Amino acid sequence: MKYLIIGNSVAAVAAVEAIREKDGKGDITLISDEPQFVYSRPLISYLLAGNVKVEQMYYRGKNFYENNKVRAVLGKRVTSVDAANRKVVLEDGEEFLFEKLLIATGGKPIVPKTKGSDLNGVFTFTKWDDVEKIKKLLLGTEVKRAVIVGGGLIGLKAAEGLTALGIKITIVELSDRIMSSTFDGTTSEMMKKILEKRGVEVVTKNTADEIIANGSKVGGVVLRDGTRINCEMVVFAIGVSPNIEMVKNSGIKVNRGIHVDEYMRTNFPDIYAAGDVVEAYDLVLRDNRPIAIWPNASIQGAVAGHNMAGGTKKYVGSFAMNSIEICDIPTISMGLTDPPAGKGYEVLQQLDEEKPTYRKIILKDNVVVGAIFVNDIDRAGIFTSLIKDKIDTSSFKDVLLKEEFGLAWFPKEYRKHLVVGPGIEI
Amino acid sequence: MVMKKRKIVINEDVCMGCRLCEVHCLVKHSKSKKIIKAFKGEYPRALPMILVEEKGHLSFALQCRHCEDAPCLSSCITGALYRDPNSGAILYDEKKCVGCWMCIMVCPFGVIKRGSEKKIVSKCDLCLDENVPVCVKNCPNEALICVEEKL
Repeated sequence: MKYLIIGNSVAAVAAVEAIREKDGKGDITLISDEPQFVYSRPLISYLLAGNVKVEQMYYRGKNFYENNKVRAVLGKRVTSVDAANRKVVLEDGEEFLFEKLLIATGGKPIVPKTKGSDLNGVFTFTKWDDVEKIKKLLLGTEVKRAVIVGGGLIGLKAAEGLTALGIKITIVELSDRIMSSTFDGTTSEMMKKILEKRGVEVVTKNTADEIIANGSKVGGVVLRDGTRINCEMVVFAIGVSPNIEMVKNSGIKVNRGIHVDEYMRTNFPDIYAAGDVVEAYDLVLRDNRPIAIWPNASIQGAVAGHNMAGGTKKYVGSFAMNSIEICDIPTISMGLTDPPAGKGYEVLQQLDEEKPTYRKIILKDNVVVGAIFVNDIDRAGIFTSLIKDKIDTSSFKDVLLKEEFGLAWFPKEYRKHLVVGPGIEI
Repeated sequence: MVMKKRKIVINEDVCMGCRLCEVHCLVKHSKSKKIIKAFKGEYPRALPMILVEEKGHLSFALQCRHCEDAPCLSSCITGALYRDPNSGAILYDEKKCVGCWMCIMVCPFGVIKRGSEKKIVSKCDLCLDENVPVCVKNCPNEALICVEEKL
């Protein structure tokens, strides 16, 4: 069998490992436009801040390709996929044939058309190369102040990394609060206060209209309301969209992301897709949509790899979830965190503004559909499984927020189902 | 080195909630390995890698299940969590862990804890350097049993 994988992040890595579990012999070729060996993208903010060393960026051993007999073609971009003739074409014209293809090209940062966005000192923040570019600027330019456009997860992690380097940060967020797609208003306000305590300025209901030049470099930003902020650096952190350029005109079905079935197969039976590039089933919203998070990419990649090697594993779906620590405050969010009013959702919450800690559980018809944990994240994963398994909590709803809550409150059958493994009883 | 797959079986019907498993797990993972010192002379105190849940007369000890299909492994962004090929146990490399807590977010049992000192995860390591895990050895009523099968 001739396997071809486009991409080199977690979905691709998980696919390689899953293929090799079933097929020790087939040819695996992996193509990535990034030059680096397998590394962890979520660690780039830690790398920028100096909290992880270069060696720690690699989450698989140095011999990963060799051990798995993978031919890695790194630093080369795939420009098109020819589904009918089963080949992909690189930008230098080189062609690779395949029998099974996995598209795991991830997401690419959204950069709005803004005057001055081509200036030296304007960055995105999703890849290792972005850190290298930022460091290169810092070598030759004194950066006192930076404006981050976008107050989501990427923006906050960029803010944290740059603050650690002594740079004064202004976050500019278009909506009325930061982290609006992850959290509810209460949490957004908490995070804003925590950031402000660290000297980060947060501006909402505003965005960058123009980046002003200082020679070939960034000199400042003019916001939509006319405010001018002098700065030497701008980071666009608005979000990512599925990186699907290479499948345009290929006949591969794309909506918001590449459309896949429960086997992670596209509309071509020998072409699979996994990770941030696909739109997969959201168990909470009951719709297909891209959920760009690490665990999903890993699980989808493993399912795709298994099936490419002849298996029939199904991907059951997932939902949005994230764990992010900002300014030493750990937070976990999952599912629907800010339910619309008047639609029958029930909300349990517990806020301590002093500590500060916050826990919020969102239910619909006694089934947990979302949760937020701020600075009190112990055993949060129990709620992930309550959401996933759609467990009726009516018999223990009143203890969901209590510290002692745990598996002891689950119906015995469900507890057994969870804990049972080969030879395991409870 | 254990070359067998080790599992700890939980039997809630006979657990008395005495928490000796917790005590001995803490001591095992302390610096001194001495019971009094571990509790009264080490700061910060070591964490037990097992927990005991109680609800009225029901109680049981719970530690990492070392799942076949382990969500923590899929969620780890640093490679700190890994499956030991010799034992099948899920172990972690504290040098790699950055404390992102993705594992805490996905563990259905809630048995991965934040470390007490460094920002590391703390979870059951199955006492692979012992003939029997200390929680099992010190359970007075066989509410925890160790079973081993060849890999």
